Formats: sequence, structure tokens, C-alpha cells
Amino acid sequence: MKTPKILKTPLHEVHLQLGASFTDFAGWSMPVRYSSELAEHRAVREAAGQFDLSHMGEIELSGPQAAGALDYALVGNLSAVRVGRARYTMMCDESGGVLDDLVVYRLQHDRFLVVANAGNVAVVADRLRERAGGFDAQVDDRSVKTALIAVQGPHSPAIVATATGADLSGLKYYASMPARVGEHEVLLARTGYTGEDGFEVFTDADEAVAVWQSLAAAGESHGLLPSGLACRDTLRLEAGMPLYGNELSTELTPMHAGLGRVVKFDKPGDFVGRAALEKAPEPDRVLVGLRGGGRRAPRHGYRVLHGERAVGEVTSGALSPTLGYPIAMAYVEREFAEPGTELGADIRGRTQPVTVVPMPFYKRSTT
Amino acid sequence: MSIPENLRYTREHEWVSGDEVVTIGVTAFAADSLGDVVYVQLPDVGDQVTAGEVCGEIESTKSVSDLYSPVTGEVVEVNQSVVDKPETVNADPYDAGWLLRVRASSVPELLAADAYAALIQEG
Repeated sequence: MKTPKILKTPLHEVHLQLGASFTDFAGWSMPVRYSSELAEHRAVREAAGQFDLSHMGEIELSGPQAAGALDYALVGNLSAVRVGRARYTMMCDESGGVLDDLVVYRLQHDRFLVVANAGNVAVVADRLRERAGGFDAQVDDRSVKTALIAVQGPHSPAIVATATGADLSGLKYYASMPARVGEHEVLLARTGYTGEDGFEVFTDADEAVAVWQSLAAAGESHGLLPSGLACRDTLRLEAGMPLYGNELSTELTPMHAGLGRVVKFDKPGDFVGRAALEKAPEPDRVLVGLRGGGRRAPRHGYRVLHGERAVGEVTSGALSPTLGYPIAMAYVEREFAEPGTELGADIRGRTQPVTVVPMPFYKRSTT
Repeated sequence: MSIPENLRYTREHEWVSGDEVVTIGVTAFAADSLGDVVYVQLPDVGDQVTAGEVCGEIESTKSVSDLYSPVTGEVVEVNQSVVDKPETVNADPYDAGWLLRVRASSVPELLAADAYAALIQEG
């Protein structure tokens, strides 16, 4: 039997020194927590957390027709993105199913960086190569050479400003700029997946340890905690952000997930999935937020009930560390999707009442 | 990872102390593997529990785990303070974080501390 090789990020030794517990995630050995995931979750909401996201994929598209290639390959209108800005978008298959959700940065007029989920890097890189075939554009999968470190939370601007010496006042949400951390050149982006203000720092894999240490040192007086995938999951759930494999899959279109707005039917030219998505009927089930009482959370795979009848299935759920009550995302039949609808969740054989609520569950106060 | 010498253990990471009325909890190893415990469901006083069978549930932020009874007998006490403050399981698994007390009619063979240490070493 062939045992799959478990991949380690360039920061693996650092995580060991920090006492991390590890989990296998999409073929990678990733820190799941360092101390307590609840403490890490709180640090991100109240101060800042530092994440290793080097398992994610970074694929560069460059060339005179790079923008056109992306417009054809993805559902978004990437030609319309200005240099220095980023866009949340998706790659669909011919039938409109979601192959991955992506963040695409326009680094220069003819150079883009596509960030893919760890489990989907190969698919995204292959399809980009295939779909860019008719365009004057090159596809370069830089995932292995690139490390990604996120600093998320209300104190992250102060920490990143200290570590980079950069003036961040002009760096908007979903924008990026070249910067330096010590001697090391990085791409600094104001993006994230936690619902907080935050930054993502792309660096050469060889320099990842030095960049991590500089950010950690800059964060010491700001309450920065190394933070693992466990708290990342509860943070993104509170922020109502879909996770590929839970809320998104090739079985579902962006419309199912309530993300129809990312599909730009009004862009010129064809794109993969357009015909199917244009013809697609109203989805029969849609993604909703659920709020439960008590302390037991409906979890991935649990049934959503209306009376005795199963009308949906939970995709993600947890006791919200910030809100103190159970929250979940679920696909339910359309007629039960209205906020305020009272449903049940089958929690290991016991039905617990849940209410459909608008997402996100948590929204940071902007001051 | 702390493994008190004076306790006995199961392969499912419960600990047991005492003879006729036994106190049952989960080990520090189990608590650490679960992550932060956010919910504990225990049997009621008077319930019969059976060695090797599920008698409760422990839920962390990420997952739900079954609690197996290490012994057969009648539940005589449950730790309500752990139900109210589930994080006690992480903070003090061998003392304040105990889960239930059972008047045991039958106690299967349990592991000594060194055997349990070897078990979790193996991974």
C-alpha cells in the first residue's frame, strides 16, 4: 500500500518549538492549536493571532493576456480589478459546480496571484493551465516556494506596521503592496478569513522562519498569539465564511451558497461554467445560518428537521466562542430559509430547536 | 503528560480510582487531544452503566467523543460542576474534573500507569 507523504510547511520546526498540536489537513501536517483554541480565538477577536497558512496554494498568471485568461477561467471579472487590489472569486466546472473559491491579487497590469485552498491547488493549477491555453499568458504554480503567514485581529495594524516599517494607512481591505520584513521582501495584503482586520504576508519559503519571528517579536507587546487551524475554523464560522468541502463543492453552484454575486454574467466574453450557470434553475436548497440554544452545537452532517421531516443538513457548526451560543451553517430547502424560521437539529438522536438567522453571526464593530 | 501512578486506566483514555465506589474521569492525554471541552453529558444518578459501553459524551469546539464506562454498576454521583464548567476537564482532569462515581458490581482488568503511558507513547 502506498502511504501518502505528509507535507510539512517551512515553519514546522517553529511550531514544534511553540508546542503545537498537529493535525493532518489536505495532506499537510498543520498546527491545530498551540495552547487552547479558545484562548487563540479570543486573541484574534481582542488582540491578534498569527497563523501559518503555507499549505495554501499560490499560482501566478502573467503575460499580456493574463487578465483575459482569468476572465475565461474564473467566474469573476478580473480585468476590472485595479493593480494593487484583490478580489474574492471562484473557479467553476462546465456544469457550474464550484472547483474552488479563490482570492486573486492583481500585482501588476499583466501579473496576477491566485490563492487556492490547500486541497485544491493541483486542480486549480491544472485547470488554469488548460484554460489559459488559448491566451498569451503563463501559469506558474509557486505554492511550494511560497510561505504565507497571517496576522489577524484588532492589533494587527500596529504589529504589521512595526514589523514592516510600512505606512499602512493607504492599504485598503482587499489590497496588497510590496513591503519588507527586516531584510526580506514580502507581499503584504490586507485580507483574511477571520472576520477581523488583518494581514496576509507572502514570503519565500526559505525566509519564512525569519519573517515569522519578526512578526512574532513585533506582536509580543500587543498580545499576539500563535494560532492554529482549530480557532481559524470557529473564527471563519462566526464570520459566516464558507469553507471548501463544507459549504462549497462541485455538487453546488455559487448560487446555492448565496454567493451568486461573485458570478459576473455581465462581463464580456465566455467563461467556463457560464452556459450552465445562466440556465440553472433557482437552487432547491440554500445556505442559511442557524442559531441554537443551550451549549450543544449542530455539526457537519447533522440533519435539519421541520417537525419529523429532514429539510436540510448542517455543513459547519460550533459553540460560538465569541457569542456563547451554538451557531451553524446548513443547506435547507428554500421554503425554510427565511430568517426567523423555527427548525430542529438532530443532535445525536435528540432534536434541539434552532432558528434561521442572517449571516454573518459575528461582525466586528468598525470604529 | 501527567499520568498519576495511583490511578488505573482504560484504552479509551478514562481513569478510575477506588474499589467499590469508583471515581471515573478522562485522562490529561484525552483532554489535550480533544481540545477545549465545551460540553459534557453524563448519565443520571441511579442509571446502570456497563463496562465498555457508552455512558456519556464529551464535546470540544471541534468534535464530539463518546465517554465509555470503564466499569459495570450503578451511578451514585455525577460531577455537576463539570457539567456547568466543562473547561474543568482540561484544567484539572484528575481532580476537580472527575466525571462520575459508580458503585461497581464488576471491574474489568484495567491498565496500570506505566502500561497506559506505553499505550499513549505508541500513538
